[in-house]
Amino acid sequence: MNRAMYPFYFGIAALVVYSVFFVVPGLMGIYYSFTDWNSYSDEIHYIGFDNLAKIFSGDAKYISYIENTLVFTVSTVVLKTALGLLFAIMLNDGIRAKGLHRVMLFMPSILPMLVVGLIFKSILNPATGLLNESLRAIGLDFMAQKWLTDLSWAFKSIIAVDVWKGVGYIMIILLAGLQSIDKTYYEAAAIDGANFWQKLRRITIPLLVPALVVTTVLNLLHGLKVFEAVYVLTNGGPGYATDVMYTAIFKEFSNGNYGMGTALSSVLFVVMTALGYFVVRLMSREGDER
Amino acid sequence: MMNRALLPGLRNALAWILSAMMFIPLLLVAVNSMKTKAEANGMNMSLPKALQWSNYSVVIKDGKLIQSFFNSLLYACGATVGSILLASLAAYVLSRNRTRLNKATYFYLIMGIAMPTNFVTLMKVMQWTHLVNTQIGIILMLAASSIPFSVFLIYGFVGGVPRELDEAGIVDGCSPIRLFLTVVLPLLTPVLVTVAILNFMGTWSDFIHPLYFLNHSEKWPMTLAVYNFFGRFQVNWNLVSADIVLTTLPVIVIYLLGQRFIISGMTAGSVKG
Repeated sequence: MNRAMYPFYFGIAALVVYSVFFVVPGLMGIYYSFTDWNSYSDEIHYIGFDNLAKIFSGDAKYISYIENTLVFTVSTVVLKTALGLLFAIMLNDGIRAKGLHRVMLFMPSILPMLVVGLIFKSILNPATGLLNESLRAIGLDFMAQKWLTDLSWAFKSIIAVDVWKGVGYIMIILLAGLQSIDKTYYEAAAIDGANFWQKLRRITIPLLVPALVVTTVLNLLHGLKVFEAVYVLTNGGPGYATDVMYTAIFKEFSNGNYGMGTALSSVLFVVMTALGYFVVRLMSREGDER
Repeated sequence: MMNRALLPGLRNALAWILSAMMFIPLLLVAVNSMKTKAEANGMNMSLPKALQWSNYSVVIKDGKLIQSFFNSLLYACGATVGSILLASLAAYVLSRNRTRLNKATYFYLIMGIAMPTNFVTLMKVMQWTHLVNTQIGIILMLAASSIPFSVFLIYGFVGGVPRELDEAGIVDGCSPIRLFLTVVLPLLTPVLVTVAILNFMGTWSDFIHPLYFLNHSEKWPMTLAVYNFFGRFQVNWNLVSADIVLTTLPVIVIYLLGQRFIISGMTAGSVKG
């Protein structure tokens, strides 16, 4: 009965499109990671672990790709979660014009990252940008920086822009989590004389764990795949100081080093697929309960 | 719950400061899109002396925005409709008939939520299928990348649609495809609208696929066109701002229309305790 009314072939089109344009390139990447595939020669040679050895050899360039990707991911996860939680608690109750604030805080998340990058390219311009101008206007000249070209600031600026864009998204999910918490817990805690921090630590955070898991996973996956923010704001510069995996892959691709590009891509593929395995296990278990 | 810790006035002030910080960059672009080149030089918040609506017409003409607008519309609509149709067919049978094979297939499909795209080898696939540098190719790639999350959301929703309705259809002698199209699909409308809006906004904003796979400017979507425009007119922040406004307007309109669905879609499944 089931087999007749819910035929497997309904899913075949989705399986084919998804496999051909998504999974197959990923798996092919593993194979091509072991080759010297490039745009200068038609022949592709098997070169064993040369590409991977180069990536993990301790070459400063490759270390910085991996390090930057990890630093970006961890920083954005921590900052977006902390700020998102702060925003969500702030908007949860006792505030006027709640709806308006919600729209304003969420608005950046819907913009294309490319557009956000361009806007902040102007704001962070050292000579004429709004940020330095404002700092000078209030007499904080010494705080004005070359936000996108200074070695010690460029990467932090990229992180800040990404947090600016994404924090509203996290806020919305956490806000939904907060609103599902039963008010009577707080009433009971208030009777027991608990203060704000005690309530936060003993009630809010523990009950918010499911929502926090989801936002962390989303941020984690987003962070590892970052591309536009870096590409538009600094294009990896100065030097390769702000390059992440995806911008490095694009550069190798543009230079015709397909084997190397795909080796970098495969490192990301293996890490994220392994991570994804646990994530998906978690998600499909939730789906079964429904 | 926070009232005792912070004065309500202080909280309201803080809320306004944060909202302003999120909103000022957007306002900045809107204001500067109305200035002359000299006024917009610094991209500051001062108001224009006279509103330069002509910036918009210049951008539409020089930036070839009409062409790229329709390209974006084609890619976003094509990928959205395609991914939703394929994903709902798959999610429906996989959710209704939970055999081992179907569970494994579901798992395989939603693994894509985490997997990154390998753009380098994707190029090879596009060459094999002769889809490199074609509009249909972009649509298929975008649809493929939207399928995992769409399947995930629709699968969850199908679980909540009563089976009794399917059975009624079966008793009436519906074929599987008719049952799906006439009975099930209409019942999925809420989740399909959510998925459609999320996919549309995601594909409209996509920049990396066309960057890798489209060489001809007449096929560029707005994101790539605006980036190229920025490259050519960096010093004309008034024009760049107008270009940004026009590129962003569609997603803002969709967002304002579909706000309710977006929020419910994003929070679906995440809040369960």
